[in-house]
Amino acid sequence: MEASGKTLLDADALARTLSRIAHEIIEANPSLDEVALVGIQTRGVPLAQRLARLIEERAGRAPELGAVDITFYRDDVRVRGGEAPLHAQPLVRETQLDFPLDGRTVVLVDDVLYTGRTIRAAIEALFDYGRPSRVQLAVIVDRGHRELPIRPDYVGKNLPTARSERIQVQLVEVDEVDRILLVPNPEEGSR
Amino acid sequence: MTSIHLVRDDLRPPGPAPRRHLISIADLTREDVVRLLGTAHVFEGSVTRHVKKLPTLKGYLVVNLFYESSTRTSSSFELAAKRLSADTLTVKSVGSSVDKGESLKDTALTLGAYDPDVIVIRHPQIGAPQLVARETSAHVVNAGDGKHQHPTQALLDLYTIQQHLGHLEGLHVAVVGDVLHSRVARSLLQAFDLVGVRCTLVGPPALLPRELDAEMTSDIDAIRDADVVYVLRMQSERMQAGANYVPSLREYTARWGITPERLRPGQKVMHPGPMNRGVELDQRVADSADSLIEAQVRSGLVVRMAVLYDVLTGGPTGVRALAAAEVA
Repeated sequence: MEASGKTLLDADALARTLSRIAHEIIEANPSLDEVALVGIQTRGVPLAQRLARLIEERAGRAPELGAVDITFYRDDVRVRGGEAPLHAQPLVRETQLDFPLDGRTVVLVDDVLYTGRTIRAAIEALFDYGRPSRVQLAVIVDRGHRELPIRPDYVGKNLPTARSERIQVQLVEVDEVDRILLVPNPEEGSR
Repeated sequence: MTSIHLVRDDLRPPGPAPRRHLISIADLTREDVVRLLGTAHVFEGSVTRHVKKLPTLKGYLVVNLFYESSTRTSSSFELAAKRLSADTLTVKSVGSSVDKGESLKDTALTLGAYDPDVIVIRHPQIGAPQLVARETSAHVVNAGDGKHQHPTQALLDLYTIQQHLGHLEGLHVAVVGDVLHSRVARSLLQAFDLVGVRCTLVGPPALLPRELDAEMTSDIDAIRDADVVYVLRMQSERMQAGANYVPSLREYTARWGITPERLRPGQKVMHPGPMNRGVELDQRVADSADSLIEAQVRSGLVVRMAVLYDVLTGGPTGVRALAAAEVA
C-alpha cells in the first residue's frame, strides 16, 4: 500500500486514541456483560478486536465480539445496461454475529466516519440478526460531510477534510503498519 | 513508412463493461467462477439466520420465463430473487399466451415492456437466451436451453463439490449416463475444465457424443477411480422415437445403473434431478450418506443469488482474495 500522504496519527497516537475510546465505552456502559463490539468490515474488525482487548485489560471482562459486512446492504448496487457501478463493489467478507443481539448494547466500530451511509447499512444489517436494545458508534476519525442524521458516540479524532481528500487508516492487521494518513486527491478525475 | 492506423476504440479509455449475461459457461473465466462461488459462500450466512432476506436488490425486477417444466431451477431462481428483495414475475409456457402461439420474440418484447432487470429463461431451443438478450435490455440468465447449456447447474455443482470435498483442483469426476442429451454435462465439462477437475464420461456408446473433447468409456468400472460419481438422468423425453440409443431401460440399469456394489465407500454421488430412482440410480445410493443430491438443491439457492447479484453488479471485488484465503 502506497504511503503518499501526510501522517495525521502515528502508531503511538492511534494506541492512545483507542485506549481513550475503550475507557469511554467502559464509563458509558456500567453493565459490560450486555455490550457487544461489532466491527464493520474490513478495518473496523481489527479495531473492534483491539478495543475488546483493552476493555478486558481494564474492566476484567471482554465484551462479545462480532463483525458485520455491509456489501449486500449498500444503497448503490445498481448497474444497468452496462453502466459502471457508482462505486466498485467492495470486498465481500463475512458477517459473524455468534451471540444473540436481543437486549444487547451494540457498539459499531469503524475506522472513518464520512457520509454515514456505511453506518446506515450496518445498522440495517444488525437488525436482520436481532433487536439490540441500543446501538452506539465508535470511530477513529470523523471527517465530516455527513449525508445522513448519524453521529458517533465515541470519536478518536475530528478531522475536517475536503471531499476530494481521503483519510486512509492503516492497521498492522491489514496493512502491516499502524498510522492514519491524509491523502490529497487520491484518484483525481476518475469519478 | 508504415502508416499507423488508429482504431478509434483503441484510443478510448476502457468504457463501462458490456452488459453482463450468463448464457454459457464458455463465457466465463476461471476468475469469474471463483468469484461466483465465493459470493455464494457469503450468502450462506444470510440463509441460515432468522431473517433470511437481504435488501440488496430491492426495487429490481427478475422475470422467470420457463418454456420447459422445472421444479428446482424455477423455484430456486424465484426464491433467490426474493431473498435478495427483488420483485419476481414467473411466466410458465403452460397457461400463458405461449399456449396461444405467441412467439418467443413477442413474449420477450411484452415482458420487456415491464423493464425487467434480469430475465431468467429456460427454453427447449438452443439460442433462445441470446434472442431474449437481443430483444430486451435485461440481463439474461440461461436456465437451460435445449441440450446446449445449463450454466447455473454447473456452478452449483462446483459449489457443492467444493463445500464437501474442500477443493476442486485435482479432483476426478465420472459423469455417467445420457451425455448426448444432457445440457448439464456440456456445461459441467467446460466448468470442470476451468477449475482443473478431471472428468471421465461413462455410458452407452450411443449416448457418448464423439465431438466432446473428453475422456470417454463405456466400461462402468471406470467410475471406481473417481472422487465423485455424477449421475445423469435418462432423458426419455429427448430420445427420438425408434432411435435405439439403449435396448431398454432395464438393460441400461443392469449395465450402467449406479448401485452400492459399484461404488467405493466414501465416493460421493451427485445427480442434477429429477432422478429416476431405480433406473440410473439405485434407491440405496440416492439416500445414502455419500449422496450430495440434497446438498445440490441447497447450493442452488445461494449460487443463484450470487449469479443474480453478479450479473447486475459485475460482482464484488475481493471475493477472489477471500476464497483464496479460505483455501490456505
